[in-house]
Amino acid sequence: MSDIRTMVDVAAPSRDTPIPSTAPLHAKFQKRLQSRGNEFLLDVAIDATPGFTILFGASGAGKTTLLDCLAGITTPDSGRISLADRLLFDFSCAVNVTTAQRRVGYVFQSLALFPHMTVEANVAYGLAHLSPAERTRRTTSLLEAFRISHLARRKARGISGGESQRVALARTLVTDPDFLLLDEPLAALDAPTKASIIDDLREWNRTHNIPILYVTHSRDEAFALGERLIVLDAGRVVAHGTPHEVLSAPLVETVAQLAGFENIFDSVVEAVRPERGTMTCRIAGDAGGVVLETPLVRGGVGSMLRIGIRAGDILLATSPPTGLSARNVIPGRIQSLEQRDVIVSARVRCRIEMEVHLTLAARDSLELTPGKEVWLVIKTHSCHLMQR
Amino acid sequence: MGIDWQTFRLTLQLAFTVSLVLLLLGLPIAYWIAFSRWRWKFLFEAVIALPIVLPPTVLGFYVLVALGPRSPLGRWWIALTGHTLAFTFAGLVIGSILYSLPFAVQPFAASFSAVDTRLISASATLGASRLRTFLRVIAPLSAPGLITGIALSFAHTMGEFGVVLMVGGNIPGVTRTVSIDIYDRVQSSDYAGANQTALALLVVCFALLALVYGLNRRAWVIHPIK
Repeated sequence: MSDIRTMVDVAAPSRDTPIPSTAPLHAKFQKRLQSRGNEFLLDVAIDATPGFTILFGASGAGKTTLLDCLAGITTPDSGRISLADRLLFDFSCAVNVTTAQRRVGYVFQSLALFPHMTVEANVAYGLAHLSPAERTRRTTSLLEAFRISHLARRKARGISGGESQRVALARTLVTDPDFLLLDEPLAALDAPTKASIIDDLREWNRTHNIPILYVTHSRDEAFALGERLIVLDAGRVVAHGTPHEVLSAPLVETVAQLAGFENIFDSVVEAVRPERGTMTCRIAGDAGGVVLETPLVRGGVGSMLRIGIRAGDILLATSPPTGLSARNVIPGRIQSLEQRDVIVSARVRCRIEMEVHLTLAARDSLELTPGKEVWLVIKTHSCHLMQR
Repeated sequence: MGIDWQTFRLTLQLAFTVSLVLLLLGLPIAYWIAFSRWRWKFLFEAVIALPIVLPPTVLGFYVLVALGPRSPLGRWWIALTGHTLAFTFAGLVIGSILYSLPFAVQPFAASFSAVDTRLISASATLGASRLRTFLRVIAPLSAPGLITGIALSFAHTMGEFGVVLMVGGNIPGVTRTVSIDIYDRVQSSDYAGANQTALALLVVCFALLALVYGLNRRAWVIHPIK
């Protein structure tokens, strides 16, 4: 690997959005999938410059299908995929470079190590075109770089999860791919192991500087790794930019995001306090409605946002609470109580109607009954903002 | 009287030849069945499976007709060698291959299909051709299925009777297999000879199968798929 280190580090890739289309990896295509009667349409246009691009989205958003299309494992129905000046797929010109010829590195979520081969044979697998001496040299160097030399003679099926992940990365990187696809390769790893593998990967790409598409649904990983982030939902790119821009700003409301929010209200931003990192938003209702303090997101005074609050995130008090860190205390009256399994769902009228979840014990000790006066306590960060 | 070892030699020779040909012929057919996405593939699979349900006499009859001087294959063979395919060892091999084809192809195809497709994709992303992927990944991981397929087609050929009778007749040293020999002896009331020959066939078949399954088991237990 040392001979490649002479390569000059290029300047940090631009953080501008939209991503410039001069990016080496440029893909715009559609793929229709049918499984168990459900039709799914992947319709995306993405660009990836050298360095990490995070592909973020709920499961079922089409992330793996997208990577499969880039790798040539799945053939899109139309569109075009190119890498720098190499055309990999073009429906209109009937170009479809085979997976083996694409010079793609792809680490699957399942890793797909060859279970019947040793770790060394797995890593050397992609080097069949080289002389045995060169093959051994490169394999040894990658095994060392990923600190798995001691596993060289072990069968791949007998090693641990973290070790398997290192072997899968080494096996892919040893081939010097022109672009790299990583499908949640570090899922289910503990944080220190994950951090150390990410460091190894960063170190490797400092000298190779290729586009890396990295699939994750962990926000922490997205912030730690990404210069750029692409959010995929139901087969479409719904947002892209830096992780800070995309993940801190209200995202386009999606089914995935709304799941789990029992309370969803339309609101108008009344004041913005960047120095405190908060805003106040007014939810329309009886007698002027309710004003809530929420986290700061992009969007000025007067902009319309949707607020989602989980019923389980709301505290309920039977006397006016004092000395609280929570900023939102709203007086109201219980409308109804309904028991669902071990949860009590209370509907509270407080100029707007909110659903609050309590335990059976809480209901009994507070002697809650319909008509009782209560105070709702909502932390600033329990208010989730979404675009309308 | 006693055991006619020549028939054993001939039967083993036939079974080995057929197994070898089925290994070479069955691999590409099974690969195609396992990985082709052709919509009419099921028709081809049904044809391959026919020998399992057809009476051997029906299969043997068609093979006899196909090998005879009135069929293109039969005429071509006569032009090439000067004699007909029917009632020769070569004709017997052809009939037996058709008869045992599903017993090789089905286990092969089942074991190919059972290989994780992600391993096949991984091999492709690492630059391997389809042939290299087959030789290095699919075939080694399918070893138990390959051994089973070969063992079944070998055993099936050892025990065949109807097809041999139809296609090969009963020519000593050429087409008289053990099963025909036993039938012959019973017809001519040589029960002692039939008994000895049948017992010998049983022992030979059991020994071969035990050996094959023993090896297959080792492949699983001692070297978890080399």
